[in-house]
Amino acid sequence: MSTMFQANPLPAPVIEPGTEPYFDGAREGKLMIKYCKSCSKPHFYPRTLCPFCFGDTEWKQAKGTGTIYSFSFMPKATPNPYCIAYVTLDEGVTMMTQIADCDLATVKIGQKVSVVFKPTTAEGAPVPMFKPI
Amino acid sequence: MTIRDKAYIVGAYEHPTRKAPDKSVAQLHAESAKGALEDAGLKLSDIDGYFCAGDAPGLGMISMADYMGLTNLRHVDSTETGGCSYLIHVSHAAQAIAAGKCDIALITLAGRPRSAGASGLQPRNWGSDIPDVPFEAPFGPVTVNSYAMVAARHMYEYGTTAEQLAWIKVAASHHAQHNPHAMLRDVVTVEDVLNSPYVATPLHRLDCCVVSDGGGALIVARPEIAKQLKRPLVKLRGAGESVKGQLGGNVDLTYSGARKSGADAFAEAKVTHQDIKYASIYDSFTITVLMQLEDLGFCKKGEGGKFVADGNLISGVGKLPFNTDGGGLCNNHPANRGGITKVIEAVRQLRGEAHPAVQVKNCDIALAHGTGGLLGSRHGSATLILERE
Repeated sequence: MSTMFQANPLPAPVIEPGTEPYFDGAREGKLMIKYCKSCSKPHFYPRTLCPFCFGDTEWKQAKGTGTIYSFSFMPKATPNPYCIAYVTLDEGVTMMTQIADCDLATVKIGQKVSVVFKPTTAEGAPVPMFKPI
Repeated sequence: MTIRDKAYIVGAYEHPTRKAPDKSVAQLHAESAKGALEDAGLKLSDIDGYFCAGDAPGLGMISMADYMGLTNLRHVDSTETGGCSYLIHVSHAAQAIAAGKCDIALITLAGRPRSAGASGLQPRNWGSDIPDVPFEAPFGPVTVNSYAMVAARHMYEYGTTAEQLAWIKVAASHHAQHNPHAMLRDVVTVEDVLNSPYVATPLHRLDCCVVSDGGGALIVARPEIAKQLKRPLVKLRGAGESVKGQLGGNVDLTYSGARKSGADAFAEAKVTHQDIKYASIYDSFTITVLMQLEDLGFCKKGEGGKFVADGNLISGVGKLPFNTDGGGLCNNHPANRGGITKVIEAVRQLRGEAHPAVQVKNCDIALAHGTGGLLGSRHGSATLILERE
């Protein structure tokens, strides 16, 4: 079986109250993350209250580039193999994602990657995956 | 307040089934409870405290208490931390006993994932209102790839090898050959593990635990009651619990909550690692064991690979005999949660009732540790230190 990335049908993300700007941004190709208005730290996944100090938070667009922190490739997954990963964004936060648009058997920790938005089913918002730069 | 010396494990029972298509989950809970009561020499009406977790059908413990006829309860607790819930239950039962809230506590676990076709390859559906779900569920997080990412990072940071991880499975298989109830009784080699197919890199099929039906139960009682019973005395000396997640996006897969739960348990028990003659270490995957051994302090961080290699975990061969029942890797992982079996085998060892081929000589102090949830994202940790009196 080929280890080249092949798209799987992705469940549409559940839009919970407070997460709308993340997925609205995704529809425009923007990766949005949250910063604390009090301590200025970014965090992930996004919250309305900062997980470091409980300050109020605001959305900012991330550059969309980062480094693979860890990954796991499932060669026998169905319908297509996929590679889950943690990517540390250049802004400093680490997010769960998948690696895309490459030979998944060649993925390495420490690889530089950039965001690529992938469509989900039922006209759901696209979700951010990452491809090697 | 300490729970040291305040409570004893007086009953322990592991359901012998590994496949139970003809039994309900509630029935497996009840049969496990009956077995533990018979082991202790107690009766149903003696129970005044009850503990169960998310594997129990119904709302909290209400359905199970009703089903089993627990009508004398004055203390209940359905703390849910996945597979380590039952170790936390032992600690909480001791706290309740010390506070005078109950005298004899029952803890049960049961499930039939094997008959239901549930494994660590499917996404677990804990509800869409969990705050991480919108940001993670689309990417296919399942149990095995979560733990696999921990293994991948450990290999990257510390040079840990697949061969070293395989030794954990090899050790478990050496023990399982003596357990007639174990699902997998064949002794395997490092090569067998490495030659089994990848499920989620870098974990092979034989790096993963079994999927089994089954159950288990424990009875925890106050000292005055324990000393009236006819069973060997197994006392709780120390306990610790913790929860660790993604740290607001500062994800660090190099350590687990065991760092905290273990330190707290050792401090309360006032024992050192050299005092531990036997350890039950949660083994959902080989990497789970390696991480916990490091975080509990049995070796330095990053040196777990060397520590587990060359049979060091095999009873009668290595320095730290572990999971002498065959563990989750070979014996049993009922309800896809192995916590209670970790305590049960520790009790067997302390009583001198483990299989003679794996019984640790002069086993007076043992440790049991559990990890629940997903080591690669968010998990609970619980440590118990037990002593034969």
